[in-house]
Amino acid sequence: MTETLSLRPRAEALGQALPPLLASADHLAATVILGDHGRRRAGMGDEFWQYRPAHAGDSARMIDWRRSARSDAHFVREREWQAAQTVTLWVDAARSMGFTGDRARASKADRARLLALALAVLLLRGGERVGLAGQVVPARSGRGQVLRLADALEQDGTADYGAPDATGMVTHGRAVFISDFLGDLAGVEAAIAAASDKGVRGALVQVLDPAEEDFPFDGRTIFESMGGSLRHETLRAGDLRGRYMARLAERKARLETLARASGWHYHCHHTGLGAQPALLWLYRALERTS
Amino acid sequence: MWMLGPLGFTAPLVLLGLIALPILWLLLRAVPPAPIRRRFPGVALLLGLTDDETETDKTPWWLLLLRALAVAAAIIAFAGPVLNPQERQAGDGPLLILFDASWADARDWPRRIDRAQALVDEAGREGRSVAVIRLTDAPEVPVFQAANAWGERLAGLVPNPWAPADLADWAEALPEGGFSSFWLSDGVDHPGRDTLLAALESRGAVTVFESPRPVLALKPAGFADGEVQLSALRLPAGDAVTVDVAARGLDPAGIERELARVPLNFTAGAGEAEAALSLPPELRNRIARFEVAGIRSAGAISLTDDSLKRRKVALIAGRDDREELQLLSPTHYLRQALEPVAELIDGSLADVLLASPDVIVLADVARLSQAETDGILDWLDEGGLLLRFAGPRLAASDLARDAADPLMPVRLREGGRTVGGAMSWGEPKALAPFAEGSPFFGLPVPDEVSVTAQVLAQPDPELASRTIAALADGTPLVTRNEVGQGQVVLVHVTANAEWSTLPLSGLFVQMLERLAVSTRTAALDEADLAGQIWAPQVVLDAFGLLSDAGDMPGVDGTLLASGPLGPGLMPGLYAGEDRRVALNVIGADTVLAAADWPQQVVIEGLEAPQEQALKGAFLAGGLGLLLLDILAALWVSGRLGRQVGVALLLLALLPMPEAGAQEAPLPDDAFALEATTEVRLAYVMTDDGRVNDIAAAGLRGIGMRLFERTSVEPANPIGVNIESDELAFFPFLYWPVTATQPLPSPTAYSKLNDYLRTGGMILFDTRDGDVAGLGGASPEGRQLQRLAAGLDVPPLEPIPADHVLTRTFYLLQDFPGRYTSPALWVEAAPPDAEQAEGMPFRNLNDGVTPVVIGGNDWAAAWAVDDRGVPMFPVGRGYAGERQREISYRFGVNLIMHVLTGNYKSDQVHVPALLERLGQ
Repeated sequence: MTETLSLRPRAEALGQALPPLLASADHLAATVILGDHGRRRAGMGDEFWQYRPAHAGDSARMIDWRRSARSDAHFVREREWQAAQTVTLWVDAARSMGFTGDRARASKADRARLLALALAVLLLRGGERVGLAGQVVPARSGRGQVLRLADALEQDGTADYGAPDATGMVTHGRAVFISDFLGDLAGVEAAIAAASDKGVRGALVQVLDPAEEDFPFDGRTIFESMGGSLRHETLRAGDLRGRYMARLAERKARLETLARASGWHYHCHHTGLGAQPALLWLYRALERTS
Repeated sequence: MWMLGPLGFTAPLVLLGLIALPILWLLLRAVPPAPIRRRFPGVALLLGLTDDETETDKTPWWLLLLRALAVAAAIIAFAGPVLNPQERQAGDGPLLILFDASWADARDWPRRIDRAQALVDEAGREGRSVAVIRLTDAPEVPVFQAANAWGERLAGLVPNPWAPADLADWAEALPEGGFSSFWLSDGVDHPGRDTLLAALESRGAVTVFESPRPVLALKPAGFADGEVQLSALRLPAGDAVTVDVAARGLDPAGIERELARVPLNFTAGAGEAEAALSLPPELRNRIARFEVAGIRSAGAISLTDDSLKRRKVALIAGRDDREELQLLSPTHYLRQALEPVAELIDGSLADVLLASPDVIVLADVARLSQAETDGILDWLDEGGLLLRFAGPRLAASDLARDAADPLMPVRLREGGRTVGGAMSWGEPKALAPFAEGSPFFGLPVPDEVSVTAQVLAQPDPELASRTIAALADGTPLVTRNEVGQGQVVLVHVTANAEWSTLPLSGLFVQMLERLAVSTRTAALDEADLAGQIWAPQVVLDAFGLLSDAGDMPGVDGTLLASGPLGPGLMPGLYAGEDRRVALNVIGADTVLAAADWPQQVVIEGLEAPQEQALKGAFLAGGLGLLLLDILAALWVSGRLGRQVGVALLLLALLPMPEAGAQEAPLPDDAFALEATTEVRLAYVMTDDGRVNDIAAAGLRGIGMRLFERTSVEPANPIGVNIESDELAFFPFLYWPVTATQPLPSPTAYSKLNDYLRTGGMILFDTRDGDVAGLGGASPEGRQLQRLAAGLDVPPLEPIPADHVLTRTFYLLQDFPGRYTSPALWVEAAPPDAEQAEGMPFRNLNDGVTPVVIGGNDWAAAWAVDDRGVPMFPVGRGYAGERQREISYRFGVNLIMHVLTGNYKSDQVHVPALLERLGQ
């Protein structure tokens, strides 16, 4: 419970240094839901954008009579096009995320939730709609959504390794998957494929503990997954280090290839580092319009 | 017990456990270290990976060896290993342990106690009762008690500083019934030893314990041929050996130290060695004792008493030696009597007084000048002994006729008297026996001493108390009076044989000795000592340690002379009325005879190596190996984190850097060279970096002005840390005072005071001239007062108009810095300084003021930056620049004052000098 209380202030503090985030939206479909903020161009919205002379074809209802009465021409009052992007977050809640290689270091899950919520705070501040994948928390805007997100993010899963959930995504929306991606990559591929089908693009953030990166083990060891489903015994763990690291590099390369192929962005983040750079990367990744 | 070389095992069967070691080896080898369970999400990546080598699941051989060694050590430890085990002889019946407990035992007393302790412990294990006796104690029936009752008392047992009186008495005190005896002998034959041994043998088996170390005994030092004669005895007489004898005594500062050291060479087979020690009398008189270096025994110490001391005696004769027979010289007999036993001084009275003799003998001297009288009186007050002899001149003079003379004990009647001569009636008078209370009491009066002429004392009430020797008819022969701490003694006859035969007799010498004019040459003589009670001053214990006698009772002289040492007569230093007598353990005629034991007696020595149980050592070693094993096992299994390993390694290496750090680096000469190769102005570094920078810039600025205008060419200024830097290199210190400055440490204060006393100058600048007046009301001023409280600062005064600072280079009237406060304090002129006629200045020739105190922030006025541009504004406009100029001039004057001292002040004499040269 205390973590629930602390996650939101921490996430808000983390996002404090960044301006509100407007997620890029290039597919301007009609299905785009009205948002609170302008797109710096005339369109549908509540805010005044400009007066323009009435053209032929403009209905009489569109003429702003008050403005037109001050001159001889007719003017149409245009409003700013206000639209909101929908960002769907998926944070791996599997037990593997609960790992930390050092008692003084926060777990990967903690970091992943922090990143996700900080991002959500930024997005919500920018007027975007944020939700969690799998229709756990439907995408909404407004500050109240932060509380719902924080609550939902605290839920721990029971699986050993998590796989992204591509359901509940809005077409042409944005998605962010945060996980250690140490489980089966088939789930990831399937999720990205499903998302791409809907025109959803986004970012993969791989959160790893430095211990997972360096493999600082030696001697006779039985390695077990966090849930105990996987198990591997070795007599000299130190000898495995090279091969382990090669496999890890291979996995990262695969994730990156996967991301690039489907127009996503991939980033690997270590819990040994501060959360700010990762948040900054996410900010840039979602802001990118391409 | 099973023996393996010098090693014995109390439980050898346990050693069979060593057979199990190879099995253990195989077992341990087969069991790999237990795995660690780790939760690790990355295991997904590990699946399918196999280990390269399968061989490593066995424990490494060195770890096995470590464990095998640990187990082996434990097995050996429980087998009870004992190094040099001693065969225990089982005895039965009570055990009597005899200590000689004499001075000769003291040299290895702890080992004897250890041996006895071992015996008592053993007897305790065997349930035998034990009695322990010291043969130097008064004989009493030994009481057999349980061994554990003796266990703690043994440690408190100490030897006595004397030898057993008669062991036969102990033989009588022995109880009936069988018991075995263990005799810890000191190796010296004591009277009655055979009797006691026979008595012991009749009760049971006797084992004798003797130390192989020789007994060394130092005889009392004698004095002959101007040298101190030392001799020492040893037992047994073995190979040639040299021992050092140290003479110890108080040095002039009153601290006891070794005054001289002389080697004594024992030739092979000789039991006695001698050496002579030649020392100047001053040193010899200081010797308190001789001791054989490195031996803790009362026998190796010889206390000295007055017999080594030689008094300085000045002989003054009234008549110059005429061309007459030597035997008629008034001092001939004195000289004969005193020459062997005293240092004689000749010369005029005024000369010998300077040598501060112990005794001045005036033989028939009547007239003394007033200066001589005063000199003698002063000398008497400090404890001198003036011994006067009568004679024709004294008899003929008016000395002490009408009024008492301070240098005469009694008043004299005119003329004296002659008895038994050709022209007189009566027989020559003999001496009366010496009365009790007289220093001569106890001396035998020989018949042949007769007196034919003498000076007579005027009868008065004090005469009887002042008379210490009288003739048979009661007329005083020797009178004495105390003057100050000293005394005046008058012998009413001549010092030669003209008036009496006293100087011809042996009594004369004894009387001189009793008067402490001469010192005893012979050994203790009962007649000498009898009749007095001698109070012990210091006593010796058996180990040769001197202790204050405290309130120990005095000892009768007869006992002191002849009595055997014992509880009632401890060896030590005894003080009589005016002499001190040393009573040593070893007398001049002591002979050391070796104790000779019969064949049947078992003699045991100390040389048997001590038995030493090794169980603890083996167990500790095994435990240490196991501890190592823990670390090694952790390391092998990877559980010993890298940081922990590094920390352990550092811990092991830790003493090494410390040892290196102890080699303190030599003080760097660089600072000294930097400070002294050129003239350098220095400032005291404060806690405020900004103030330090300004001070440095200010001194650089004034240095540039000095460079431009004078022949002083200072280099860049130096900041000094008064706590750590040497101050002596700098003629001048600028000390900006900050309110928060910490007070210097006591060492820094002593350095500063040395600096001020030896000609350094400090300019204290409180930098508050704009707000503070002459008083110290500002925070900086108060801090300055606190700082200066520990400094050796002379009285100060506001700078007078004629102070030399006003004219050492420029003529100045005020001393502005950044501020223009007139307050500038310098050392006060002496109150008697006067202004000479026609001179503008007072004659103040001496002394450079050690401190100058002001608050005008001179450094800020002088400060220039790197380009030589002033850093701070001073005043306003042209007037301000003028003020800066004057402040430069003050700086120049100050440095000139520091470097040239009172040179300019001396210039006041130039007109007078020129005038003289003109003549």
